[in-house]
Amino acid sequence: MGTQTESTIKLEIITPHGVVFNKGVSEIIAVGVEGEVGLLPGHASFITALQIGILAYRSDKETRYIFVNSGYLEISGDRAIILADSAEQAEDIDVERAGESRRRAEEMLKQGEKIDFARADASIKRATMRIQAAEKMAPR
Amino acid sequence: MPALKEIRKRIGSVKSTRQITKAMKMIAAVKFRKIQNKMLALRYYAERMNSVLLDLVKNVDAVHPLLEVRPRKKVEIVALTGDRGLCGAFTSNVMKALPRLIKEKRGEGLEVSVSMTGKRGVDLFIRRGGHLRRSWVGLSGRVTYTNAQAIAMDIGENYLNETFDEVILLYNEFRSAIAQKVVAVPLLPLAPIVSEGAEARQEGAEFLYEPSQQEIFNRLLPKNIEIQVFSSLLESQASEEAARMTAMENATKAAGDMIDHLTLQYNKARQASITAELMDIVGGVEAIR
Repeated sequence: MGTQTESTIKLEIITPHGVVFNKGVSEIIAVGVEGEVGLLPGHASFITALQIGILAYRSDKETRYIFVNSGYLEISGDRAIILADSAEQAEDIDVERAGESRRRAEEMLKQGEKIDFARADASIKRATMRIQAAEKMAPR
Repeated sequence: MPALKEIRKRIGSVKSTRQITKAMKMIAAVKFRKIQNKMLALRYYAERMNSVLLDLVKNVDAVHPLLEVRPRKKVEIVALTGDRGLCGAFTSNVMKALPRLIKEKRGEGLEVSVSMTGKRGVDLFIRRGGHLRRSWVGLSGRVTYTNAQAIAMDIGENYLNETFDEVILLYNEFRSAIAQKVVAVPLLPLAPIVSEGAEARQEGAEFLYEPSQQEIFNRLLPKNIEIQVFSSLLESQASEEAARMTAMENATKAAGDMIDHLTLQYNKARQASITAELMDIVGGVEAIR
């Protein structure tokens, strides 16, 4: 009676450099390749590819953000697993470094021709998203 | 007494060399541990990725250009070496195995192209008149997934547009801290990870997919190359640091032996000079009498 604890999803974010996040959360909002998806506990089993973007999660009535660099999300039962190329919690993001790498990528784009546009573009997107994720955390 | 002074100087210089090799050994040990942690982290990711792919193949046709076995005409060898020396036979082992492998493949009537990582190997290969399709230097000590991705992407693209039909990785496999062995591992076409999965086609949890299963499969499969390249790079790095540890350990020991030897020489020379002086004095006294 009323002692029921809030149900959660166990979210695990794994990158080639290690486990970035592993905690129970009450809601996940991720950026899939076909748009944003919101996931609550009890969601149907679901698999999606992810874009370079910002993942939001709620835990303890607080919304927090994680930068997720493409990859894959699987939710099944009360477990969600994200396999990403890289991921960073918003509070860990070095905004200066992100700005620096965005500047570099933009420079490369300007020089044009000899470079791989897709790669430079992705690089800009990554940097922008990281900056945005960090800024979302800032005004608290 | 120039001999004495000279020996003293040499002892001094060998001592400082020993200090350096000792420090290098310790640094190599720290780096080695770091890389081992990276290998563990990657293994977890790779296992997860594999199980995801296995899940997917239960439901999709595992058809992908990267899996397709084409008639072989050209083969690419990607050799992994280091950027820095002082690590024993680490680089030279690869550089010894490389011509052998090239010869073997040519013997099978295949055209061979070579790519390489690591400044040491690249310089040596070019000095010997070899031609490299691509080279990557400056990765030592900071192998990141992004580096591996860049290499994997280059290899993948060239494989898909049929620059070559087979890719082999040649690198120092990490056996243990004291044993490394050069291995040639086929990278492309990708080994059929899928056969077991297809058999296990079963009623599991029904998943919803976005986009389609096939598309997700197509997206994830190339990750396999990235993971393999990354893990080989890490293994090669671990081997390099382990080889450096052993080499520096040996150098430190050798320096110690040399110091002992020189000290003995020094003492002998000192004694000889004292004896000579005494003889002089005795000789002088005799003459006066």
